[in-house]
Amino acid sequence: MTNQTDRIVPTEGFDDIPGTTLFDAQRSRQGYHVNMFCMSLMKAANREEFKQDEAAYLKKWPMSEAQREAILARNWGRMIELGGNIYFLSKLFSTDGLSFQHVAATMTGLTQEQYAEMMLKGGRPIDGNRSKAEWKNKSETKKSG
Amino acid sequence: MAKIIASVNVSHVPAIGAAWDNGKTETPYWAPVFKGFDFSKKWIADLKPDVIILVYNDHASAFSLEIIPTFALGCAAEFQPADEGWGPRPVPAVQGHPVLASHIAQSVILDEFDLTIVNKMDVDHGLTVPLTLMFGQPREWPCKIIPLPVNVVQYPPPTGNRCYNFGKAIKKAVESFPEDLRVVIFGTGGMSHQLQGARAGLINKEWDTRFLDNLVTNPEADAKIPFIEYVREAGSEGIELVMWLISRGALEADVREIYRFYHVPSSNTALGHLILENKS
Repeated sequence: MTNQTDRIVPTEGFDDIPGTTLFDAQRSRQGYHVNMFCMSLMKAANREEFKQDEAAYLKKWPMSEAQREAILARNWGRMIELGGNIYFLSKLFSTDGLSFQHVAATMTGLTQEQYAEMMLKGGRPIDGNRSKAEWKNKSETKKSG
Repeated sequence: MAKIIASVNVSHVPAIGAAWDNGKTETPYWAPVFKGFDFSKKWIADLKPDVIILVYNDHASAFSLEIIPTFALGCAAEFQPADEGWGPRPVPAVQGHPVLASHIAQSVILDEFDLTIVNKMDVDHGLTVPLTLMFGQPREWPCKIIPLPVNVVQYPPPTGNRCYNFGKAIKKAVESFPEDLRVVIFGTGGMSHQLQGARAGLINKEWDTRFLDNLVTNPEADAKIPFIEYVREAGSEGIELVMWLISRGALEADVREIYRFYHVPSSNTALGHLILENKS
């Protein structure tokens, strides 16, 4: 195993979908403390404590330094890479007063306006976005609405 | 005896709840969404079901990573709206039906669907947004509601086929309940959407339409869709659609399509809505 998110028994197609991280049991282990920290923000008192001193609050969870940095920087894509799950992360961005659409847009390389416009026009098309092979050598494909 | 007479399938986008709660239902962005439920509100007000079995997924609200049940059934008398990070939604508490829920649990477990029984659980937007769309904002929800959360957060979720057969077991369970109750089953979530990664914003109308068409007349075809196809074609969160197969399995083979509504976008999501009634 090269890293802790490689699956022992590969599932066909599981890792072939471009721009997509599937939250399986191994990622769940990897991101356990990130996600459990997010859960703690379901209580108003915890949200207050977190807002007062984010770094101090985060020390309560034995997560990696990289995970801590990604949270403090609100680097949503990086949090996903490090085992965060979008539904858990929603507790953090709701605490920040941000929407799912705002956060989704930050992971795409589009501006908020471009992303909102893409959605109004019917969303990201499926053609060209089915497999990693389709994204190879077409670095702009993923950015086109 | 009790009987499931219809299904309501509907997306449960949290932004819809927020739009409702913040009085934005008449804005140009949201008005078409809420208008799409005018028929449905009247339909369910006329139907007056006694109980709703509401199939949804918990979005890391009641279930953290400590315990992840694949199928669970809320057997409590009451369920409170969850605080998902911005305070609980200002909606009524859900009144359950512990006697029917316990009966369903016993029946399906003996039928080899080993679900998890939950006696204490807050319910999040996955459950409350469909109720808002169908009932608006009454002081109390007009009937008893049995929450049935399905894990679609951590992969793999149950297969569509498993969900379809689970729906059949629920049908059998309800029909063996001696009291005369008219039950409607909700299948929620979907349709195509992806909330994460560089592919976020994916919408696949063609795929969604085929899924809806098959759900009406050829549900076995939908039940055969492999897990990876949902992810690839309908997005990483489009996998929620397996829950529509539970509600479909709980109906008769022959159903009537009563109403369909499809709208893009609702935040990041293709909003789908389908009402089916048993022919017999």
